[in-house]
Amino acid sequence: MCTTCGCGPDDVHIDGEHHHHDHGIAYRPRAKAHSHSHDHDHHDHSHDHGHDHHSHAPGTSKARMVQIEQDILSKNDAYADGNRKVLAAKSIFALNLVSSPGSGKTTLLCKTIELLQGKREVAVIEGDQQTDQDAARIRATGAAAIQINTGKGCHLDASMVGRAMEKLPLPEQSVLMIENVGNLVCPAAFDLGEAHKVVILSVTEGEDKPIKYPDMFRAADLMLLNKCDLLPYLSFDVDKAIAFARQVNPGLKVIRTSSTSGEGMDEWLQWIDAGVATAAQAQTVAPRTAAKVSYRPVG
Amino acid sequence: MHEMSLAEGVLQLIEDAAKREGFQRVTAVWLEIGQLAAVETEALRFCFDAVTRNSVAEGAKLEIVDLPGQGWCMKCCATVAMSEHMGACPQCGSHQVQVTGGSEMRVKELEVE
Repeated sequence: MCTTCGCGPDDVHIDGEHHHHDHGIAYRPRAKAHSHSHDHDHHDHSHDHGHDHHSHAPGTSKARMVQIEQDILSKNDAYADGNRKVLAAKSIFALNLVSSPGSGKTTLLCKTIELLQGKREVAVIEGDQQTDQDAARIRATGAAAIQINTGKGCHLDASMVGRAMEKLPLPEQSVLMIENVGNLVCPAAFDLGEAHKVVILSVTEGEDKPIKYPDMFRAADLMLLNKCDLLPYLSFDVDKAIAFARQVNPGLKVIRTSSTSGEGMDEWLQWIDAGVATAAQAQTVAPRTAAKVSYRPVG
Repeated sequence: MHEMSLAEGVLQLIEDAAKREGFQRVTAVWLEIGQLAAVETEALRFCFDAVTRNSVAEGAKLEIVDLPGQGWCMKCCATVAMSEHMGACPQCGSHQVQVTGGSEMRVKELEVE
């Protein structure tokens, strides 16, 4: 679906099932004039193949202008709003975890679930190009997990997440963790309906990642600086990394974490708790207002 | 960044409009792309040609209107021009500038028949 990575929208699997033409969700197949019959979405059941003869009386087919004035990603954003409403109705706090591959997202997630056990229900949507290894790792902790395989895709989109949400038990005031495809570029542009994007940067990467991949660090509200237990063995400059991150996103909150030593886990869990409380409050005060303005892809 | 996704998004909006408005061919498409939207317009043109093949928009001319980058400098308390996302305020040199314009990616209008 994205040229950066050469990925396409085909071959999306949710827990092993092929969802290409699944009950009308418009995850569009390659554009071909005659493939439209499989492409109806929830709001539009037209099966039009371009045969609107009534509106094209002979002799009137002159050029005319049609105003559109719509955002290019408006379809994704509409699905994201739908997801956000479902989540808000149940006061669920949803996070979109983004990072490059190998930042320790899944391990951090497993640790988080372990620490929340008995206190807070967590469900997980795992996005990877191939395999359900990550979902299996999550399920081993006892949490419910759905694997989305994006096939050639380099990011999750809101429609995929909405379909996965239908298959997950999502109790009230629980936490939904969406682990995006490991990629610091493309997932930045796609709102999934989450409350926050959380970017994970591990100290085994370069300090300058935030300025090399500014979109993602700008889209995030929280940065977890992960694998901090390894700092004594590395020349990674923490202050410099945080300064770079705040250069692209002055309001970015930063927590130093380590799944191995447990550093920062208390602060991370408190942040999650505060988010759940806010989600619950939003539900009491104004159940139908969207939690957050959707992120416009920039950078 | 996501030129193929964007091109597919554009085509979706065009096809929706075709159903709604009942036209069968698009001859030109106007997009508004902000200077800070990080869209490679040449890549977008290439992808647009690729995804519109065999569609109502096959062969349509793609017109891309650049929208200028703008930001709000917290130090100057003023709207300033921005040429890049992490750019400093042209007046005071501060990086405390919030982008307020130039991130747009919009389908503006179509010429159809």
